[in-house]
Amino acid sequence: MLNIKNLHVQLEEEDKQILKGVDLTVEAGKVHAIMGPNGSGKSTLSYVLSGRDGYEVTGGEATLDGEDLLDMEPEERAAAGLFLAFQYPVEIPGVGNMTFLRTAVNAQRKARGEEELSAADFLKIIRERAKALKIDADMLKRPVNVGFSGGEKKRNEILQMAMLEPKMCILDETDSGLDVDAMKLVAEGVNALRNEGRGFLVITHYQRLLDHIKPDVVHIMADGKIVKTGGPELALEVENNGYADILAEVA
Amino acid sequence: MGEAATKPNPTEDRLATLSMPENGWADAARKAALARVREMGLPGRRDEYWKFTRPDTLVQADAPQAALFHNEEGPLFGEMDRLKIVFVDGVFDPKQSDDLTLSGVRIDRLADSADIHWASDLYGALEANGHYVPRPLAALNTAYATDGVLIHVTGKAEKPINFIYLHENETSDAILHHVVKLDPGAELTLLETGPAAARFNKCMEVDVADTANFHHVRAQGRDHERRAATHIFARLGTESVFKTFTLTVNGRLTRNECVVELTGDDAVAHVAGACVGDGDFHHDDTVFVTHDALRCESRQVFKKVLRNGAVGVFQGKILVKEGAQKTDGYQISQSLLLDDDSQFLAKPELEIYADDVACSHGSTSGAIDEEALFYLRSRGVPANVATDLLTLAFLAEAVEEIENETLRDALVERLQGWLERHRG
Ligand SMILES: Nc1ncnc2c1ncn2[C@@H]1O[C@H](COP(=O)(O)OP(=O)(O)OP(=O)(O)O)[C@@H](O)[C@H]1O
Ligand SMILES: [Mg+2]
Repeated sequence: MLNIKNLHVQLEEEDKQILKGVDLTVEAGKVHAIMGPNGSGKSTLSYVLSGRDGYEVTGGEATLDGEDLLDMEPEERAAAGLFLAFQYPVEIPGVGNMTFLRTAVNAQRKARGEEELSAADFLKIIRERAKALKIDADMLKRPVNVGFSGGEKKRNEILQMAMLEPKMCILDETDSGLDVDAMKLVAEGVNALRNEGRGFLVITHYQRLLDHIKPDVVHIMADGKIVKTGGPELALEVENNGYADILAEVA
Repeated sequence: MGEAATKPNPTEDRLATLSMPENGWADAARKAALARVREMGLPGRRDEYWKFTRPDTLVQADAPQAALFHNEEGPLFGEMDRLKIVFVDGVFDPKQSDDLTLSGVRIDRLADSADIHWASDLYGALEANGHYVPRPLAALNTAYATDGVLIHVTGKAEKPINFIYLHENETSDAILHHVVKLDPGAELTLLETGPAAARFNKCMEVDVADTANFHHVRAQGRDHERRAATHIFARLGTESVFKTFTLTVNGRLTRNECVVELTGDDAVAHVAGACVGDGDFHHDDTVFVTHDALRCESRQVFKKVLRNGAVGVFQGKILVKEGAQKTDGYQISQSLLLDDDSQFLAKPELEIYADDVACSHGSTSGAIDEEALFYLRSRGVPANVATDLLTLAFLAEAVEEIENETLRDALVERLQGWLERHRG
């Protein structure tokens, strides 16, 4: 599904290499986790895949179901089925959460040549999915993420994912800032979306989230590269011993 | 040839093109206004309040040509039950207008009313009183207005009155003067729509008596090459409410002045505006609010979206007179510049002679928030639609000043239409 080959990325503004040859494949139906020390390039990878400005790809490729992601506008990537749950969701004063979601859902449908959802149908679906994430009507009416608590913002990301039903979901530290109950809600939201056609890339620092969202594969990223890949036990190893041993081993 | 005759005199050149209508009761006011014009002189580039806006085309003898512009949009507020008063290039059109009868209101035409008249101590009076800074174009208007409407609101007006200004002649030069008088406790919503003329000079005097309520929503628009200089002079009595909102789209030059005097305690005045301009567009809001009573509240909220070299100007003043304690004054003017060629010039002023007041003002200029734009796009919203959403969000604070939801929605729809037609 998601294929990243030898991806090299540097900052546009300064001559600083951040990704130094990332190789990664996420198959449909699988959950891959990425762990790695602060500053190793995990968020950068997620931003480059979703098309944020400020990065220059100096080598390698990234495709989604064979389509060249790097050649597309951010909205085209979204319509192609890519979704990023942001590490730091953005506040947008003046744009209602509901308006935002409906615009997004219908824009994607339009881009894919599907019929737009009617206001009534949309309302029905969003109410149901918001309820599962304990997002109340008031939060839907408020401006996007404005005045939301850290945990509410993260749940709002998952709601967007549930509404957009992407093929490939990247979650960047969706667990950070969540209390224990909210973490369960988020994990349930993710698990509800797990199916054979959908891939997940879950960026996290903690085993806790992976207790709820069981990964098939775990990668360790360090200094802009995937340095080790293994099964769920790799996450446990990090949890218990930190990165020192792994980094020493691959050095 | 005498010395004086050879000196260029734009004021006399302009006056020479005009002839003063005669309508008995207003004659004295017109003559007094003409004397004011001569004394002040028409605006020139060096005048303090014309530094950001070139007055030349508003002053010159003939109106510059303005092409007519048509789009698919139907009449604004077309669905609403309202009393329509139609002017074509500044001339009242009885055929397209409704019958001028409305319960709670007496309506006369300025051009009709030949005899002694209830408006005689108002016509030109609020204008004459509003020259804290010279406003010669308003005095010119009082002197030479050829038409207009006199509205006396004695109760709660049964429905809104809508002045509809049609523009059909490419060189029309219209001068209209309206007077609105609200008796104690009276209520009126006044709507103004349409491009009006190639060049439009409009003045409206509004006398809001104690506990009366005046709501004004105006949409100036459409024709790209039109020019306008408008003035509102309002006087507010005790516990009265005056709210005005203006949406401006298109127009080569628009200067909207609003002069409000809070003369009765606990009165409320809200003056707001939103404009969107693309290219050869110059929009100037010049506002002057005077607090001269206890516990009055005033708000000025102005938002401008500018692109492709459009220019926005805001000159706003809050004057708090001695003794106007517990004044609550607020003023914000903001621009969203969609490119580097566009410009916003702001001159906010506070002048306070009372010690127990709360006044704040702010002015900002900014670009589209790139983070927000990327966030929207990452959810599949195309860049141009995302920009529109953020633009409407920026304008929302001003648009929300309109209390009536039907009116507000109608204007938001217009804005959306405009943005869609002007997508980059
Ligand atoms: N726009 C930028 N300007 C300067 N440095 C940047 C920029 N973007 C990323 N970096 C640098 O690139 C490196 C990788 O950052 P990134 O955010 O991808 O790390 P991360 O693995 O997500 O870290 P964390 O676990 O703390 O979230 C860091 O050293 C960061 O400072
Ligand atoms: Mg990160």
